[in-house]
Amino acid sequence: MSVIESPPRTGVVVRAHALEKEYGEGEGVVQALDAVELEVAPGETVAVMGPSGCGKSTLLHLLGGLERPSAGEVWLAGRRIDRLSEKALARMRRQAIGFVFQAFHLMDELTALENVELPALLAGRTPRAARRRATELLDQVGLADRADHLPSALSGGQRQRVAIGRALSNEPLLVLADEPTGNLDTAATLDVLRLLDSLRSAGQTLVIVTHEERVAATADRLISMRDGAFVEETRLTRGSTGRLGELAGLES
Amino acid sequence: MPEPAAATIKEPSHGYQLRVVQEVLLALLATKASHGYELRARLQLALGPLAEALNAGQVYVTLSRLEKAGSVTSERVGQSDRPDRKVYELSAAGRERVAEWLKDTSWPKPAPAEFHLKLVAAAAAGLADPVRLVDVQRHALLAELAAAQRAALADPDGSVAGLLLEGVVLRLQADLRWLEACGRYWTDTKGRR
Repeated sequence: MSVIESPPRTGVVVRAHALEKEYGEGEGVVQALDAVELEVAPGETVAVMGPSGCGKSTLLHLLGGLERPSAGEVWLAGRRIDRLSEKALARMRRQAIGFVFQAFHLMDELTALENVELPALLAGRTPRAARRRATELLDQVGLADRADHLPSALSGGQRQRVAIGRALSNEPLLVLADEPTGNLDTAATLDVLRLLDSLRSAGQTLVIVTHEERVAATADRLISMRDGAFVEETRLTRGSTGRLGELAGLES
Repeated sequence: MPEPAAATIKEPSHGYQLRVVQEVLLALLATKASHGYELRARLQLALGPLAEALNAGQVYVTLSRLEKAGSVTSERVGQSDRPDRKVYELSAAGRERVAEWLKDTSWPKPAPAEFHLKLVAAAAAGLADPVRLVDVQRHALLAELAAAQRAALADPDGSVAGLLLEGVVLRLQADLRWLEACGRYWTDTKGRR
């Protein structure tokens, strides 16, 4: 899989400030997000982990404009998005954000190539340009030879790679992935995490919500959530192999 | 379980020591006599990126120890353009030690008791929130997992050293799974108090 290009950019890509989200009413109200602050820098990949119901998927939906916060602000590339009209929000999602979901969400009646080119067509690119970009992307996710296959003829891992190609179709400012390996076996998980790692190397800004430790370990920064709040944050820098030696049984 | 003799040897210089380096070198000499440089290259190939952490002089120091102990014998071989080099050969005693090592099933132990007791004590004394301790520990292990995984991804597919890194990754995953269970237990316990 070759390196995937992404456009150069500066400043903060996505920012959440004093973000709150409540579901339900009265006695039954659930605080899904509580005073969340987040800034993601260009080219940074952030993994968010936490037990079920900790609010990590809600956070992703708010960052991507799929839901609106109860209070607080969401900014994308210097523009506040939480108060946009539905129409403007939908346009922003199409143009600036690539989504990857646990259940792939591919169109069953379209081929792999058609699935990947669809967002570019919806964003108003010419069919020729959309086709060229989709062909490139399928090659980059290692599925050039599956271009004419329907999703039903692909394995789970291949479907998720198609979905990742589709997410990149419009050269998005930000890719949001919600449990991208949640439905995959170990081998397919490894394929997807190699792909995520290559996106990171290529400088794609990426926020991944995941249960899978190996997927989280591809990120530059790791955040743990509990009860709607951030509880721990760590930079997973490219360290030395010193401590690895110890883990492998080479003693100091 | 008695530790192998090599465990008691501490080298004065810096760098990582392979606990069983004596046994490994003896085993590598079992099929044919070799010189130190060749043995070191074979170790490096097996360890891949982890070989960087290995003490460079350890192979040579260990070989001379093994010679003193009678496990190997050496012969000086002249070279036309370079200084003589020593070729080492396994002795009968050395061969016996290799056979013992291959039969030995001792296994480096993971140590959950220490962390477990830390959580129990912290909770009992009200010193720290065990759930917080678990979160911090998970992040420390995840940082190590990230380093191991990046080394594995950088290594060519199917290399023998990649297999070693996979071992590191899988053990960390097992420890992380246990920490998840710890997190659940202490979260529930907190809820009951």
